[in-house]
This record gives sequence, structure tokens and C-alpha cells, in this order.
Amino acid sequence: MTITTKNNLLDSFLSQVPNHTSFSEMRASSKDFLEKNGLPAAKEEEYKFTAITKKLEKAIDDFSLAKKADLSSDLIKSLVFDGFEGDLLVFNNGNFEKEFSSISNIGYNLSLISESKPDLLGKIANKERDPFVALNNASFEDGIYLKVLKNQKVENPILFLFLNQANHGQVINSRILIEVEDNSEVTFLEDSISLGDEVYFSNEVTEIKVGKNTQVHYNRLQNESKNAITVNNSETDIHRDAVFTSVVISMSGDMVRNNLSLNLLDSGCEGNMYGLYLLNGKTHVDNHTNVDHTKPHAQSNELYKGIMADSSRGVFNGKIFVRQDAQKTNAFQQNNNILLSEDAIVNTKPQLEIWADDVKCSHGCTTGQLDEEALFYLRARGLGKDQAKGFLLYAFAGEVMEKIADEAFRTHVINLVESRLGSNF
Amino acid sequence: MLTIKNLHASIEGTPILRGINLEVKAGEVHAIMGPNGSGKSTLASVLAGREEYEVTEGEVIFQGKDLLELAPEVRAREGVFLAFQYPVEIPGVSTTNFLRTAVNQVREYRGLPSLDAVKFLSVMKEKMKLVEIDQKLLSRSLNEGFSGGEKKRNEIFQMAMLEPILAILDETDSGLDIDALRIVSNGVNKLKSDRTATIVVTHYQRLLDYITPDFVHVLFNGRIVKSGTKELAMELEEKGYDWIKEEVNAASV
Repeated sequence: MTITTKNNLLDSFLSQVPNHTSFSEMRASSKDFLEKNGLPAAKEEEYKFTAITKKLEKAIDDFSLAKKADLSSDLIKSLVFDGFEGDLLVFNNGNFEKEFSSISNIGYNLSLISESKPDLLGKIANKERDPFVALNNASFEDGIYLKVLKNQKVENPILFLFLNQANHGQVINSRILIEVEDNSEVTFLEDSISLGDEVYFSNEVTEIKVGKNTQVHYNRLQNESKNAITVNNSETDIHRDAVFTSVVISMSGDMVRNNLSLNLLDSGCEGNMYGLYLLNGKTHVDNHTNVDHTKPHAQSNELYKGIMADSSRGVFNGKIFVRQDAQKTNAFQQNNNILLSEDAIVNTKPQLEIWADDVKCSHGCTTGQLDEEALFYLRARGLGKDQAKGFLLYAFAGEVMEKIADEAFRTHVINLVESRLGSNF
Repeated sequence: MLTIKNLHASIEGTPILRGINLEVKAGEVHAIMGPNGSGKSTLASVLAGREEYEVTEGEVIFQGKDLLELAPEVRAREGVFLAFQYPVEIPGVSTTNFLRTAVNQVREYRGLPSLDAVKFLSVMKEKMKLVEIDQKLLSRSLNEGFSGGEKKRNEIFQMAMLEPILAILDETDSGLDIDALRIVSNGVNKLKSDRTATIVVTHYQRLLDYITPDFVHVLFNGRIVKSGTKELAMELEEKGYDWIKEEVNAASV
């Protein structure tokens, strides 16, 4: 039964894919992979708590790609967060909109994947790990290739503004390839916004290569409509002495699945993963992270925190893989959750696989309600109950928000979180 | 100022307070002493409004108002302050940050204009001197990683900022070394006035060398079994609590 369903859904997807001449080998092998393995079945371990295939079957009627939405400069202006200063790259249902973007090209080069045909495409994100990478490989139309040049400090952040809306089609593919050459520094921001309440499925793949001795920040905000279904695959190859920091803030959506993978490919490199999920209604957010330590003397830090209200659900799965060669690895992982209602759920699972014998690894997870003793303490000093709650929740979330590299973006996120906490969810 | 009449309270069905009567007037310092488990901390908690305790009988009138009807934050705004026996550590919330909100809540309730950041800071600096507390400590996460003495000093600092009418110190002296004890007591003494009152809950007579009580009450089995002056505390120090227990037991036979 499952097999038939899988094929039906996949057939619907793949039948809508036009024939592409570019990257034909990658597309063909991804298609083969999908035909062999299908989309995740209900019992699939990796998707145990997130029945994404079932969700897509139920929610999506039209598996063709969404056409571009109508945009205007005024609309874009109103959607860019306050205080933003930097380069803006606008994506309209996954299609890059040069007209509405503002690109300085200082310190980096930007091109369409269809033009530059970078060899690196598809080499970082691993389709064997997640069928949605294969689906994007097989069906994406175009995307961008952003290359930060050697020895550059890109002063202002680069914002990817994803504007999504079902429009004669409910599927959105986006594809980004970033290459940061040696000794450079850059901060990326990503803000995904729904232009309407219609159901769509956004399947995003971001591949990043950070070269030797680079410092790269990637900050992502997911605050789409309550009907948006999103799968985000973001995979980064980290080279010698480079530091890569990811912050993912998830606040809304119907079902969101994030697969974040960092490959620490050499000594001296550092991978940081921070996440905050602040959920209400029926929102379901699943963060699967994976860090692969391959060489000695590298470190990874991970902190994910979640606050779940109403009947929302959070899922966290953190995999740390330390290969035999990766002696002197430091790997830390922490996941803390607060449940604000009896109907809220969280599933959390650390997954450590360690093959080296001289490593420092730690992990921990907690799930609980608000600390009653702390609440009483604040009230006994004169703070109202809701105010005291807000203080405690804000403090809980603050530890992650302070990791956001860009000040204006951090302020934007803080304002969103404050207003959510202030409204008592 | 405060009248406690026949107060009974229990936790999870177990009675702890079994009929407390106490009258506290402005300008007075009352010490409440007693052996472990006699109900001292329960009394302090019930007055501050801790919700785990259920008041089963009796009443508490504070400044003409039924205190037991009020939420903990309203009691605080009315002027009741509890210095916690075990101050809570709250990561991510600094003393400065939450206290500014607290102070302004209290001021608003009392019809006073709120303090802006500058004004707040200058008041803070003045009160910091009282308990010899460092500003750096106050901008750190509340009580997190503080030593025992720092936590207790922080309690008295907050008390100074909130300017309560009735201060209840719940074993504020426990675990303090002599220097910290002196600093904390100095702070309390300087905050005393003829319009405020203090209830000092303590296990040790030592504290009363620094904070002179007008009355000393001995709590045993949830009741005040003996009241007196400072001399009573000294007698307790010398003879322990056993003679009181015997007296009570003899009386009940």
C-alpha cells in the first residue's frame, strides 16, 4: 500500500518536471534514486515524528511549480525588516528577481546557476541522506550561485528574501549555492515570508562551501503562514580553520522540516548550530541536525531551544558523528524545551556516534514547564503573572537570539519574539 | 499594621500552621524563632502568597486589607517583601533588568511616576552602597553563580529598591559568615523606620546581636508557644529548644 502511495505522489511531482538539459546527469541520478527509494514512508526512522509525505498527499492538489507572484517595489520595501542595511536578493516563488534586488557585487560575484553552471552544484548536499534533496535536484528550475572572493570582508550582510505564494501551482523549489573562498568573512540572512494563506510546499536546498580560514554566519528566520509546508535542506562543507555559525529561528508554518548538516572536513574548523522554535496553534517544526567530525582538532557547538504552546509540536534530532580519524574533537549539544500547554508535544533525541577514543562530547536535553519557583520569585517582587512569564520565556529564548550575528536582524527577531510572548502566545 | 488571627495552613493536606496569632505594629521588629520544622518558613511563605500552601482557617489583615485575598504581586505592591531563604537562580534575567520593571510596577500601584533609566540607575547606585554589592553582579543573570552571601545581599538590595512597609526575612542569616552577616544586618537596620516593620525568621540567636528585636516569638508545632523580648532569644541560645518542647508537652497533658 505504502509503495503505491509513494509512487503516486512522486509520479505527480515528477510528471510536472519539464525536461532540463543542464545538470542532466545529476537530475537523472536523483530521479533514479527517488524511483528506487520514494519519499519518506510513514515508518521511516528519519521521519518518524514528521509525516511529511502524508501531509503533502493531503494538502497539495497541484504538484506543478508555482508561477511568479505579482511584486512591486513598494511591496518589497514593506517586507524587508526595519533597519536592514546590506545587499538584498529577492526570490519570487524560488525564482531570483534581479529587478527587485539590490546587489553591490562588492567582494562577491553573483550569477544564475543556469548561466554559470557551477561544477560544485549538487556536490555538497547529499541526496542519499534526504529524498527531498533528490527531488530538488531532479526538478529545480534555476537558482543562484554566489561566490565570495578571496581575502574579502563583506561589510554588510546579504539578505535572501524568499517570497512564497501558491500561484497556478503549489510547489516552490529554491536552490542556492554559496562558495566562500579562503580568508573571507560574510554574514547571510534569510527571511521567508508568505504572500498569502494558500497552501504551498516549499522545497529548499542550500549548499555552502566555506573555504579555509573563513568566518561565515548564516541566520535564518522562518515565519511563514499557518498553511505553509516547508522542507529545508542546508548542508555546509567546512574547510581548515573556518568557523561556520548557523542560527535558525522558526516561528510559524504548518509543517516545517529542517535538515541542517555541517561537514567538518579538516582540522581547526568549528561548526556552530543554534536554533529557536517558538510554536503555537498546530505548527509542527522538526529540526534534524547532523555534524560530521572527520579530522582531528575540530569543534562543534549546538544549542536548540523550543517553546511549545497550544497543540504545537517540536521535534529535535541531533546527530554527532565523530570518525576514527577525528581525535581531540570537542562536540557539545544541548536541547531545552518548555511546554506551555497539555496538548503541546516535543520529541527530542540526541544521536551520538563516536569512533575516535580521545574526544570530548557532551549532550543533554530537558523538557519541562515554566519554573514555578522562579515565577513566584518574580511575582513576589511585584511583577504580574503574565509579565513574569514573559520575562522567563524571553530569558529562555534570549540565549539563542543573542547568537544572531547582524544587529538589525537580531532586533527584528527580538521584536517578533517579544510580541509573541507579550500576547501570551 | 499586620494582624494574624488563628492562622491555619497546610501543604498537600498536611497541616503545618495550627493557629498563629500575631500583631505587628509600625516601627517594630519581631523575631520568629523555633526548631526545624516548626513552621517558620511556612509562615513567611503564606504571608508572601506562595500558592502551594492552603490556608484552611484564620485571617491576615495588612493595612486594613485582607492579605490572603491578594495575589503575590499585589501583596508586593502593597508593601510586603519576602527575602527568600533560598533565592532562585534565573538564567538570562539580570537583577537590574527585572528590578526596573518591578520597581515601576510598585510605583505605578502607589501612584508614583515611573523611573526612567537614568533615574533608576542613580537610585540603584545609592542603594548598592547599603549592602556593599557590586554593579557587575547586578547585571549578571539573577543569582546564577552567586555565593550564598551574594544572594542574600542581593535580596536586601532588592528590598531597599522596593521600599516595603513590611519586610519578612526568611532565614536570611543562615549560611552567612560574620562579615556577610554584618553587611546584611546593616542594610536591614538602615532601612528600618517608624513607619515600617520587620519580621525576622531565624534559627540562630546570632543575627539578633545585629538586628535588635522588640519581640521574640517561639514557634513550635505550628503555634507561637512563647513570646518575650530579646532576653528570651538569649535564653534559647543558652538552653536550646528542649525545655520549650517539654513545657508545651507538659501543658498539653
